[in-house]
Amino acid sequence: MLQTTPLDSRPPVLRMAGINKTFGRDVVALDGMTLSVNHGDFISLLGPSGCGKSTALRLISGLISPTAGRIEWAGGQSQDDLGIVFQEPTLMPWATVVENVYLPFRLRRQPYGSVKDEILEVLRLVGLEQFQNAYPRELSGGMKMRVSIARAMATHPRLILMDEPFAALDEITRHKLNNDLLELKAKIGCTVIFVTHSVWESVFLSDRIIVMAARPGRVIEELHVDAPYPRGEEFRTSAEYAGYCRATSDALHRAMGDR
Amino acid sequence: MSLADNSPVTAPVDVEERQRARRRRLEQIARYTLPVLVMVLAIWLWDRIVVWNEIPHYILPGPGRVWASLTGDWSILYEAALLTAKTTILALILAVIGGAGLAILFDQSKLVEMSLYPYAVILQVTPVVAIAPLIFIYVENKTVGMLLCAWIVAFFPVLSSTTLGLKSVDHNLRDLYKIYGATRWQQLWMLQLPSALPYFLGGLKIAGGLSLIGAVVAELVAGTGGVGAGLAARIQEAGYRLNIARMFAALSMIAAMGVFIFAALSVLSYALLHKWHESAIKREN
Ligand SMILES: Nc1ncnc2c1ncn2[C@@H]1O[C@H](COP(=O)(O)OP(=O)(O)OP(=O)(O)O)[C@@H](O)[C@H]1O
Ligand SMILES: [Mg+2]
Repeated sequence: MLQTTPLDSRPPVLRMAGINKTFGRDVVALDGMTLSVNHGDFISLLGPSGCGKSTALRLISGLISPTAGRIEWAGGQSQDDLGIVFQEPTLMPWATVVENVYLPFRLRRQPYGSVKDEILEVLRLVGLEQFQNAYPRELSGGMKMRVSIARAMATHPRLILMDEPFAALDEITRHKLNNDLLELKAKIGCTVIFVTHSVWESVFLSDRIIVMAARPGRVIEELHVDAPYPRGEEFRTSAEYAGYCRATSDALHRAMGDR
Repeated sequence: MSLADNSPVTAPVDVEERQRARRRRLEQIARYTLPVLVMVLAIWLWDRIVVWNEIPHYILPGPGRVWASLTGDWSILYEAALLTAKTTILALILAVIGGAGLAILFDQSKLVEMSLYPYAVILQVTPVVAIAPLIFIYVENKTVGMLLCAWIVAFFPVLSSTTLGLKSVDHNLRDLYKIYGATRWQQLWMLQLPSALPYFLGGLKIAGGLSLIGAVVAELVAGTGGVGAGLAARIQEAGYRLNIARMFAALSMIAAMGVFIFAALSVLSYALLHKWHESAIKREN
C-alpha cells in the first residue's frame, strides 16, 4: 500500500466524519465514511457499482442528509459554493450554450452583463467560444460535456463534484477531456471530487484515490499519487504511471474481495 | 495496377445521394398533389353518381348544388361561421388558461391535486352531449353556456398533458437547480415550464379539435334562439327544411375550420420547438 505524508498546509474545504447513509431500513449505501478535503485537492472515488460513490456526492451537495455523522464545511461556507457535473451533460435543451453556462449566475440573480466576460472566458477555456449560440442538440457528446464542465467552473466554486462525467464518452475524447480538465483545474484553481470506474483515469487525474467497496458501501484504502502536476501525455506513458495503476488496481481487487 | 486507379470518382454527389434527392423532390410534390387529386376524383364520382342515378336533390344534391348553396347563402353561412369560430376560439383560450393553470396549481400543491384531479377526470369521461342540456337549464346566457360546454371538452387534454410535462423534468437538472439554491418560482419558470412546453403543445393540438366539437354540440343543444345561429345550428335548421345542399355547405365549412385550427396550432408548435426539440428535427433517411 502506498503511503505518503498527510502533512498539508493548504486550507481545509470540507470534512466528513463517520458518515452513514441508510436508505429505507436496511440498504446501507455508505458506512463510516471519513474524508477531509483540502483546497486544491483532486480526489477520486473509485469502486465497484453500488459502493456509494454517488451517494457520497449527493450527501456533500446537500441533496440528501446523512443518517449519522457530520459534514463540516470550513469557514462557514456551505454547499451554495459548489459546481457539479453529472454522467450526462444535463444541459437545458431549450437554451443555448451561453444561456446554459449563465444558469448558476441567473439563479443567483446576477445580471448577464455583469458576468458576461467570465462566461465567455470559461467557454474559451473549454474551446467552445464559437459555439456560444448553438443549441445542445447541435453539439457532439464531448462538446456537451465541455459545456457542462464550463457551467460548473464558471462561478469559480470552491468545490466541484463530478459523477463519472466521462463514462459515456469514447476513449479518445476521454483522454482529451482528462488532459483539458487538469489544465482547467490549474487555471481556475478549484478543488475536485471525481467519481470514476476507471483505474487509469483516477491515477492520471488525482492526487488522492479513495478506493471503496460495496455492501455496505465503505472506504477501503486511500492511495496517494505523488506525481507532480502538470501531467500530460508523457506521464500517461511513464513507468511511474503504470506502477500507480497496478497498485490502484490491486487495491480495487482487494476492495472487491478477490485478492 | 496501382492503388491510385481506385481513387474516387470526382462526382460532387454520389449516386445514392442523387437518388435520395430525386425521391425527396418527388415526395414533396406528391404530398400536395395526391390529396388534391383524390378530392377532385371524389367530387367527380359524387357528381356522376347523382347524375347517373337521377337522385333527387333533397336526398343527395350534387357538388354543383352544394357549391351554389355555399356561394348563394354565403352571407348566412359566413355569419354562422363567425359565431362558431368565436365560441371555439374563446373556449380554446379558456381551456388553455384553465388547463395549464390547474396543472400548475396541481404541481405546486399535491393536496390540491389529490382533491381535485378525480373530478377533472369525471368531468372528462362524462359525455358533454349528456351534460349540455342541464347546463342550458341553469345557465341563462347562451353564449356562456356554449362556452362552458366547449370548455369542458377542451380543457382536459391541456390539463393532463401539461401535468405530465411539469413532472417530466430531467431529474439531474432538477438536482442541479436545487444545488444552486433555485427558488420554487425559478424552478417552475425556468425549468418546469420549458420542459412541459412540448407536452402542452401536444395537448393543445387535441384541445383545438375538441373545442370545435364542444362548440358544435353546444349549438345543437342550445338551439337558435337568442344569440343567432352558428354553423351547427344552421345544419340542423337546414335539415328540418330538407335543404340538404346547405347542410353540406355548412358541414364543409366546419371541416375547413377544423383543418385550419389544426394547421395553425401545428405552425405554432413548430415555431416554438424547431430550434431545440427532437420532435422538430429533420433527419436524413
Ligand atoms: N434513493 C435511494 N433509495 C434506495 N436505495 C438507494 C438510493 N440511492 C442509492 N441507493 C442504494 O445505495 C447503494 C449505493 O448507491 P450509489 O448510487 O451511491 O452507488 P454508486 O457507487 O454510485 O454506483 P454506480 O457506480 O453504479 O453509480 C446502492 O445499493 C443503491 O441501490
Ligand atoms: Mg453512481
